[in-house]
Amino acid sequence: MTADGAIRAAFRGAVGKFFLDAAFTAPARGVTALFGPSGCGKTTVLRCVAGLLRLPDGFCSIDGEVWQDKNNAFAPTYRRPIGYVFQEPSLFPHLTVRRNLLYGAPRGGVGARSIAFGDVVDLLGAALLLDRSPRNLSGGERQRVAIGRALLSQPKLLLMDEPLSALDRAAKEEIAPFIERLRDRHLLPIVYVSHDIAEVERLADHVVLMEKGRVIASGPLSDVESDLSLPLARAFDAGVSLNGVVEAYDADYGLLTLSVRGGRVVSPARAGAVGETRRIRIAARDVSLARERPGPSSILNVLPARLVSVRQVDLNEIVAALALGEEGVGERLLARVTRKSWEALELAGGAPVYAQVKAVALGAAQDRAEE
Amino acid sequence: MRQTEALVEPLTHIWAPVVLTLELATVTTIALLVIATPLAWWLARSRAWWREGVAAVVSLPVVLPPTVLGFYLLVALGPSGPGGAVASLWGARTLAFTFTGLVIGSMVASMPFVVQPIRNAFAAMGDRPLEVAATLRASPARAFWTVALPLASPGLLTGAVLGFAHTIGEFGVILMIGGNIPGRTRVMSTAIFDLVETMQWREANILAGGMVAFAFAVILSMILLEKRFARARA
Repeated sequence: MTADGAIRAAFRGAVGKFFLDAAFTAPARGVTALFGPSGCGKTTVLRCVAGLLRLPDGFCSIDGEVWQDKNNAFAPTYRRPIGYVFQEPSLFPHLTVRRNLLYGAPRGGVGARSIAFGDVVDLLGAALLLDRSPRNLSGGERQRVAIGRALLSQPKLLLMDEPLSALDRAAKEEIAPFIERLRDRHLLPIVYVSHDIAEVERLADHVVLMEKGRVIASGPLSDVESDLSLPLARAFDAGVSLNGVVEAYDADYGLLTLSVRGGRVVSPARAGAVGETRRIRIAARDVSLARERPGPSSILNVLPARLVSVRQVDLNEIVAALALGEEGVGERLLARVTRKSWEALELAGGAPVYAQVKAVALGAAQDRAEE
Repeated sequence: MRQTEALVEPLTHIWAPVVLTLELATVTTIALLVIATPLAWWLARSRAWWREGVAAVVSLPVVLPPTVLGFYLLVALGPSGPGGAVASLWGARTLAFTFTGLVIGSMVASMPFVVQPIRNAFAAMGDRPLEVAATLRASPARAFWTVALPLASPGLLTGAVLGFAHTIGEFGVILMIGGNIPGRTRVMSTAIFDLVETMQWREANILAGGMVAFAFAVILSMILLEKRFARARA
């Protein structure tokens, strides 16, 4: 098979009392999150991709390279060019940090497109720890070393199984920016298992939504977030995460202008260089709707959009999916409003509408994400 | 002249069994580590249903009277057993009453004391370190040598010490298959028996006291080692 730029996985079978029947295709670049509640089979899927678990009825290929197929082909884990970061760092206690890092590194020369020891040490800030025993490291330090160790084995795919969930808040904040840097450098595709939507919104480009051993949706993050037929969009804290490009920064007011597909969003944020990509999350609860362009108001973001679909989430509230732009071809946005105001608006599918977002709400959401 | 001889003679009398005992224990321990380690690995990791059956067979010497064990070993090592067949390869008639026979007998008798701690060590480390090694491109063989063995080293050490000590302390099996031949199969434990039989109390005292001191040293060092490993692991 030739390179197809995709991660293709399909696994079916019983694991103990649990039955897995999960299939998805995701791009072989960026971060793909396997997301779902605890016990839905995310980790099992990841273990199948790694070859740590073998379900006879399975298929797995990465960018055209087949690791398992239904004709009984199966590459054992140690023959798969993967890196795997477990929930617990699982460093080798009998080796120093340096020897842990180098355990999987190819002996002899490494190619030009490789991940160098010095780079990983810099990236991780692990230089000071190199000759220590893993026993003397903090939880966050250990997980950093575990990630570095996986990277130095020169993987073509990085698999991460809830790498943050065993860490305290401070340690999480050590690791999360590191994974973001990894993603933004486009070194290699990452499959990331998480049950924490905040992590997924922060890190993922593509989401595979799982429930009870099945895949219920797979798509780009904002598509999955804004799909009203999925539970995410109906949740109280639903929202969409958009990648915007910095257009301007107003240092006087501390406001950043981001251009997203189909619109422009202003938000209080730390300074950014023009052209830099920033991720912004717009919560459905922070979006209000108007039929006509509102007059002067304190609301900085008034975005023309078109109504795509609507769904009642409970007795008195509805959530609407919008497409940004006059033509309605831009990014999706969610708005959660009361049934009373919705009925007053009398909107039909495809109708033009103005979405209003308080900039302060966006700033607060970012602060939460970066805490 | 006569006096020095009188002094030296009983000392060689004692010394020969001591040397033979140490030789036997050393060879037995090394051979046991080579055999018990893969066996313990298999017992710790196999999912075969008959695994515990094998474990029980390995542990039999703990329960069986040494005479029973010695009797079967004598038959097996003798001219009409497999031991005799092996011995005929170099023109001998039997493995019983030889040093090789003692090594084989001691290995069988001490096997459970070596296998059990190594098996426990392999089981205690769980699958995770080996999974990690596999995700880092380590073949199963490399994972075994560079991860499993080092992590199990406390168990290997415990097994080696127990195997060595138990071989030195074995009496019944040795007497049954060794025959207590001076210089060939007379080890410390059987030598003491002999000395007491012939009323040589002084020599018996020296040997017996030495073994008490040895046993004390072994047990104390085991306790201290275990403490140290527990600290290192914490």
